[in-house]
Amino acid sequence: MYETQYHRASSIQDAVKLRQAAGEGKYLSGGMTLIPTMKQRLAAPTDLVDVRQISEMKGITVSGRTVRIGAATTHFEVASSAELAAVCPAIAGLASHIGDPHVRHMGTIGGSIANNDPAADYPSAMLALDATIVTDRREIAAGDFFTGLFETALEDGELVTAVTFEAPAKAAYQKFANPASRYAMTGVFVARRDNGDVRVAVTGAGSNGVFRHKGMEAALSAQWSPDALAGVTVDPSDLLSDIHADASYRANLVKVMAKRAVAAA
Amino acid sequence: MGVEGIGARVARKEDKRLLTGKGRYTDDMSVPGMKYAIFVRSPYAHAKIRSIDATAAKAMPGVIGVLDGKQLLADGIGNLICGWMIHSKDGSPMKMGAWRPLAHETVRYVGDAVAIVVADSVAEAKDAAEAVVVDYQELPVVTDATKALEQGQPQLHPEAPNNLIFDWQIGDPAATDKAIASAAHVTEITIHNNRLSPNPMEPRATLGIYDGGDEHYTCYTTSQNPHVARLVMSAFYNVAPENKLRVIAPDVGGGFGSKIYIYPEEIVCLWASKRTGVPVKWTSDRTEAFLTDAHGRDHLSKVKMAFDANNRIIGLKVDTVANLGAYMSLFSSAVPTYLYATLLSGQYDIPAIHANVRTVYTNTAPVDAYRGAGRPEATYLLERTMETAARELGVSPAELRRINFIRSFPHQTPVIMNYDAGDYDASLDAAMKAADWNGFAARKAEAAGRGMKRGIGMSCYIEACGIAPSAAVGSLGAGVGLWESAEVRVNAVGTIEVLTGSHSHGQGHETTFAQLVADRFGVPIDSVNIVHGDTDKVQMGMGTYGSRSGAVGMSAVVKALDKVEAKAKKIAAHLMEADESDIVIENGELKVAGTDKTVPWFQMALAAYTAHNLPPGMEPGLKEGAFYDPANFTFPAGCYICEVEVDPETGVTKIIQFVAADDFGNIINPMIVEGQVHGGLAQGIGQALLENVHYDPENGQLLTASYMDYAMPRADDLPSFKVSTSNTPCPNNPLGIKGCGEAGAIGSPPALINAITDAIGNNRLTMPATPQKVWAAAHAAN
Ligand SMILES: Cc1cc2nc3c(=O)[nH]c(=O)nc-3n(C[C@H](O)[C@H](O)[C@H](O)COP(=O)(O)OP(=O)(O)OC[C@H]3O[C@@H](n4cnc5c(N)ncnc54)[C@H](O)[C@@H]3O)c2cc1C
Repeated sequence: MYETQYHRASSIQDAVKLRQAAGEGKYLSGGMTLIPTMKQRLAAPTDLVDVRQISEMKGITVSGRTVRIGAATTHFEVASSAELAAVCPAIAGLASHIGDPHVRHMGTIGGSIANNDPAADYPSAMLALDATIVTDRREIAAGDFFTGLFETALEDGELVTAVTFEAPAKAAYQKFANPASRYAMTGVFVARRDNGDVRVAVTGAGSNGVFRHKGMEAALSAQWSPDALAGVTVDPSDLLSDIHADASYRANLVKVMAKRAVAAA
Repeated sequence: MGVEGIGARVARKEDKRLLTGKGRYTDDMSVPGMKYAIFVRSPYAHAKIRSIDATAAKAMPGVIGVLDGKQLLADGIGNLICGWMIHSKDGSPMKMGAWRPLAHETVRYVGDAVAIVVADSVAEAKDAAEAVVVDYQELPVVTDATKALEQGQPQLHPEAPNNLIFDWQIGDPAATDKAIASAAHVTEITIHNNRLSPNPMEPRATLGIYDGGDEHYTCYTTSQNPHVARLVMSAFYNVAPENKLRVIAPDVGGGFGSKIYIYPEEIVCLWASKRTGVPVKWTSDRTEAFLTDAHGRDHLSKVKMAFDANNRIIGLKVDTVANLGAYMSLFSSAVPTYLYATLLSGQYDIPAIHANVRTVYTNTAPVDAYRGAGRPEATYLLERTMETAARELGVSPAELRRINFIRSFPHQTPVIMNYDAGDYDASLDAAMKAADWNGFAARKAEAAGRGMKRGIGMSCYIEACGIAPSAAVGSLGAGVGLWESAEVRVNAVGTIEVLTGSHSHGQGHETTFAQLVADRFGVPIDSVNIVHGDTDKVQMGMGTYGSRSGAVGMSAVVKALDKVEAKAKKIAAHLMEADESDIVIENGELKVAGTDKTVPWFQMALAAYTAHNLPPGMEPGLKEGAFYDPANFTFPAGCYICEVEVDPETGVTKIIQFVAADDFGNIINPMIVEGQVHGGLAQGIGQALLENVHYDPENGQLLTASYMDYAMPRADDLPSFKVSTSNTPCPNNPLGIKGCGEAGAIGSPPALINAITDAIGNNRLTMPATPQKVWAAAHAAN
């Protein structure tokens, strides 16, 4: 690790100010991605602005069917919130399968979506739940937020403070874990609104990161059942090929995981 | 056996220390003035070094020195060598290219060391290492062994045209070809044995200390054989004469073969300590371990197995290409030859065998022994071939094996080995019973009802342990003898130290070796200490690998115990005025048989050291040593059965049950043996389902350089194992021991792959059987 300055922010404004004052600064949340990257000398921020102690950014509130999760909320907190499980067990279940207990007690939802690892779990939930990403300066629809591999709509120094969404009528996440890293080799989040609208978001498989599958959404909007997906094809040409799995296999997984998610929802 | 003697399930003495964080590993060692080393490594798989400029690095904070390969050469440090000479079938010796501890002309794999930086802290050393400017001229790369043999490929070493190290054969080609020509059926199959990274929990580390006053070196290192390390560093690498070099391998956190070899880092840290005047410590990080620890396996073989009309094997022909990486590691040449092709007869009576093996240089990490070393390659090849043949011939896999089992011993195979004892039917019967083989059809039908494909597969392995009679291995090209030494020191108050030249790095020697003493003298194992891993304490030894510590190391202890027992009885007889032949040793006492006369063990020991009242002419003291040279290899064998369920939608394989029925000869501690089997099975299952070292064929970059991409088996990948033994004692060593350290890794991969191919009805499957491969094979025609 190269030398760096550590700052602990006490409020959202404080964090943004510290970050602006820094040379090549970075926000630090759970550190589960950033710290290993720094240890391997692949990142060299001059300053780290720790946002985990900012109370406005922590915790889960559920009012009616409206959910707000602070950006500094850990995966463990999301996985174990009874309030959240009552309205959206799918996202709690997703969080319970991220990494291992250490990672879940440190890693945060804000860090995960800001990082937008193409194999991360949360981005698919955000997209399928049509969540809103709240920052220090604006609100961004999930559909506009995830822009590519490790790319988001965040501006330099912009801080994710929370995510909000309306709990769906039904939802489920099915993850096919990479045998080595146990990140998603393909993960599919399906969500169905009371009005019958369906969103299907796929992570781990797209060559440009998380994406929605419109064909499956149409089929499931017409008929909410695993069988409805039988005739849908998944085009491998936009999918990732790597040493673990090629695009044709991922295309198969997208469909199988989607079917299983619908069955589980 | 007593509660602590041979055959008792004694809890491991070393575990208190190891499990409570009190183990003392090389990286825990600290000496005054110690500094830290980082190696500058090649980012290219093949390149010429035009120049190395360390000017900026030397000026950085905390830097004590930056040293490179030209300085190493100038100081006369020698090349790393392969210590086992193999001759090609044309009689020419193997073509060994130069391996410099620090490359100064050419780098040949990603991770090849080119310089060492010594600094006050690891961080400062890393900073300075980044500032060392190496000007490389990139060269073309080849990573695949078969391709490396083709015309026009990049050439790694001028000594080895076409990258061919040797072209070796064993067996009778004419008789084998004749058998194949006359066969009623020939099964042909191509077998790929995937390349593995050893992944011991403790990465390699070394601490080199030069004492200018005595011109003496001390080397702490993560070694499975510190004496061999000293021997090689003295005799070949010109580091220091043996009497000026002490090698200590303290607690070592797993080796699996990868810590047999002497690597550049030990040599360079010792030399750098002299050059810089400070003790120099280096500890590998995990990515360095992936890049530079010797890998295992990486064979591609073409197989023909010929059967007569009665389904008896009449011939076996094997053509293997083995990838040895960029340099020949210490025992690399022995692995794909004498540790591999000599086991190709398996458990079967095969009249004619011919194996041809070509070993090849590529731009990858060196390849050497890894848990099983050659024997997993032989077993996987044979047992997949047998299963395939059974399917082609329409015979049950068990039946085909039974038709061909060897049943009379000793049995001379056509490939050197002389099997001394075994009962292959017993293991097969035990495994089939434990697996409820006969109930499989019903289970398969039930699974099919759930849309799952169930399969069952077996593997009947044999391996050779207790390596090995020194004269025999010498005649086959080994540069060392493979005997073992022991010394038993009875202290003046009767406690006992056993010094052994074998080395424990997970095997539990501190317990099992003490059990031998407890069994012999009836003393508590807590009064026995096992001393190993330090060339200043143990005079000489050959270390631990190839499951040799029981069969060879313990046999040496038995020989020394015999001598101690004889002298103790003489002393006791003298003290009790009895006849020596009437003395028996029981429960820590020496008794005159048939009387109530006894002398406690400690009193006898005290008498040996006070020497006030010893038999006339007897030397004082009680300390005996022995060297034991084995009479033969030992031949553990067994039958493994695996049952799996494949999800046809995803290709995911779930292991439903795994049965291991082994014949290990006599067993000292069944609990430790089971632990060894469990660990071996986990590694074998890892190879079969998950693990694979993947190099980019275009540029030689290692794509599996961390656990993000290299899939290790985890607890939830494994079932609860059903293990049992049915043992035939080995007739060739005093304890009747065969060895158990590698069997699990040897026998399990083919059982698992045979189960998957049974499930999906397609025999075209390579390891690791990833979900993608299984899915593709399940949906393709056989
Ligand atoms: C062993 C292991 C296994 C894992 N397995 C999984 C898995 O299965 N699935 C999965 O999805 N993830 C997995 N992860 C990743 C884990 O979920 C991380 O916690 C997550 O990716 C990053 O969150 P963090 O809070 O640790 O962020 P950090 O590491 O602190 O930050 C990550 C990046 O986001 C930026 N950032 C952080 N917070 C904010 C913010 N509020 N606003 C703007 N930018 C911000 C940082 O500057 C940095 O660039 C794993 C990680 C590890 C170490």
